[in-house]
Amino acid sequence: MVGINLMNPWYTDVYPSVDAYYRYSQSKTAAMKTRDTTAMERAYDRDYQGTVGEYTSPNPRIRCRNVDVFYSDKQAVENVNLDIGINQVIALIGPSGCGKSTFLRCLNRMNDTIPECRVTGEIVMDGKAIYGDDVDVVPLRAQVGMVFQKPNPFPKSIFENVAYGPRIHGLVQTKVDLEETVERSLRRAGLWDEVKDRLEEPGTGLSGGQQQRLCIARTIAVNPEVILMDEPCSALDPIATAKIEQLIDELRVLYTIVIVTHSMQQAARVSQRTAYFHLGRLVEVGETAQVFTNPLHQLTEEYITGRFG
Amino acid sequence: MNNEAQTPTESQRIVDIVIAGLAKRRRAEMRFRFYGLISIIVGLLFLVLLFSSIISQGYTAFVYTNVALDITYDAEKIDPDGSRKAEVLASGDYDSLWKASLFKLFPEVTDRQKKRTLSSFMGSSAGQRLRDRVLAKPALIGTTERIWLPVDDSIDMLAKGRLGNEDELSEKLRDSQTWLHAMQAKGLIHKALNTEFFTNGDSREPDAAGIWGAVTGSAFTLMVTMALSLPIGIAAAIYLEEFAPRNRWTDLIEVNINNLAAVPSIVFGLLGLAVFINLFGFPRSSPLVGGLVLTLMTLPVIIIAGRSALKSVPPSVREAALGVGASPVQMVFDHVLPLAMPGMLTGAIIGLARALGESAPLLMIGMVAFIVDVPTSLSSPSTVLPVQIYLWADSPERAFTERTSAAILVLLAFLIVMNGLAVYLRKHYERRW
Repeated sequence: MVGINLMNPWYTDVYPSVDAYYRYSQSKTAAMKTRDTTAMERAYDRDYQGTVGEYTSPNPRIRCRNVDVFYSDKQAVENVNLDIGINQVIALIGPSGCGKSTFLRCLNRMNDTIPECRVTGEIVMDGKAIYGDDVDVVPLRAQVGMVFQKPNPFPKSIFENVAYGPRIHGLVQTKVDLEETVERSLRRAGLWDEVKDRLEEPGTGLSGGQQQRLCIARTIAVNPEVILMDEPCSALDPIATAKIEQLIDELRVLYTIVIVTHSMQQAARVSQRTAYFHLGRLVEVGETAQVFTNPLHQLTEEYITGRFG
Repeated sequence: MNNEAQTPTESQRIVDIVIAGLAKRRRAEMRFRFYGLISIIVGLLFLVLLFSSIISQGYTAFVYTNVALDITYDAEKIDPDGSRKAEVLASGDYDSLWKASLFKLFPEVTDRQKKRTLSSFMGSSAGQRLRDRVLAKPALIGTTERIWLPVDDSIDMLAKGRLGNEDELSEKLRDSQTWLHAMQAKGLIHKALNTEFFTNGDSREPDAAGIWGAVTGSAFTLMVTMALSLPIGIAAAIYLEEFAPRNRWTDLIEVNINNLAAVPSIVFGLLGLAVFINLFGFPRSSPLVGGLVLTLMTLPVIIIAGRSALKSVPPSVREAALGVGASPVQMVFDHVLPLAMPGMLTGAIIGLARALGESAPLLMIGMVAFIVDVPTSLSSPSTVLPVQIYLWADSPERAFTERTSAAILVLLAFLIVMNGLAVYLRKHYERRW
């Protein structure tokens, strides 16, 4: 297993945890080769049902308690407790179908579009339960933006893609303001230099990586407080992925970011905290370095060493 | 180190099985392509047959036989007291002018019977045309000029060779044919564009019967249909697809809409008769009622097409809009509808084209009446193109045969234009994503 992408040496400067993870996975493999079972023993074996690690945060932006999600009768997410800390990146990892995307979509009520989906428990933001009866999803989604797995720019011009959010929310009054907002968002998404001469061309004509950065620009044009990212790089090549990962790290200063990813390397590179989901349960959560170098739960350990998932 | 790949015997056997079955697969494929080709060819053949039969019968109706006559505007016949007053001039005997000219042309015709035959050589509008000329320019009285005048419709048929060979003609027609040949020899006959066919309303006389009344009737009816069914149908499709809760009631509505699309159109005519005419008291035979009935008939088609167009918009566009905080209405009107519009419009235009070609429900509300006047409003009695075709096809006069085909050509031209518009809209506004 190759822990870091050697094509992009800046990772090693920015993310010391990557090195740690790389060393850890090497030693793990060595331990497995020598059948050194004692080194693999953990504090919690695979039958332990609760969440291992510190799920609270000293400065939470969103507080989730006892969250259950059902699709008709099937339970997709079971009793999740998790705090999303301000101005940090939290990565949700886990095998396919473990409920991490479903949980992510609860945070801005994107699951409302699925009629048979039911969410119970408590998700609190600014002291207010977002699943309360009196909550309007429009301001919630303006506050909690989302970037999707597949780049989905509107089939309109690049300018219109970014200008749409500020315009419908009435964030800008004049055309000059709007142009400034569009430029600022595109700059922040690292796309301005590539598209400044062709703002009137359709957003769908850009490359996959550019489209995804356009979607990020569209999201940050509304100036949300939290950005949810649902496997934003899964459809992109390594170079586009590297650009977006760099962008995520820069955006962390201004926004709180929750990212779902299948790539453990990506989680290790971009996040400060990592939450590992398994079969709808939150198995382990902790500092990224700790989760990857010294997982406490046996399931986490098996997943990150590549024994399943 | 390079290991020369050794072909495993196991996989060789699998390939053999695949190859053995290949010929059968190819045959099946060829057979299917052949069937497809045959059905396309049969379809095209019928289309060619239909078009060639209609065009060959109908194209002659667009021209009409005219005769050049030296007309002397005899003051005695048209203005006996010399007052030049419009009302006196309007009641003059203009038919006698062209009759006199014809008798001068054929001085050998002296037999009373033959003279009467010659007197019916020109069409009913010949005298009218002379009157219009004199009323517009009274100075013509007393002078002689050569002008082109339309012949009677039976002579027109004769000139176009539509009455069979000489042996089958009656004695009267044989005489007419002799005169016709004589005039042709002198170069007095020519075929001009039949403007009356395009500008007149219906008539019992084939030479005066035109399509314009039916065309305006169709236009008014379609205007009503379009003005009602487009907004109602599109709004209903958007509501049902995007906003309506999914429950037993919406299921019931959906089933009913699908059933309505399959109801025979004459039933809608009965409904229109019972509700719009008997209950609401709207005028019979009017484009208003016709349009309402056709609206009922087209609505289910437009709603179904609209819903499927909305359904085909990819969910990623909806998610993107909701993700930046658009409300459901903003999502639909800013993003979903622009993408669905070409499909919705195509469905709507095809529904309207069907309404344009519909006759059965309009028979029930009295649009089958014989109406000479060109309709001027939504409530004036009128007929529509398909009903006009039906009426002409039912008329005994020979000249109505070619007029029927010509009217079919006009209707087909409208339908082709509408379907072409649908294709254009689809191609032009189609977005790729």
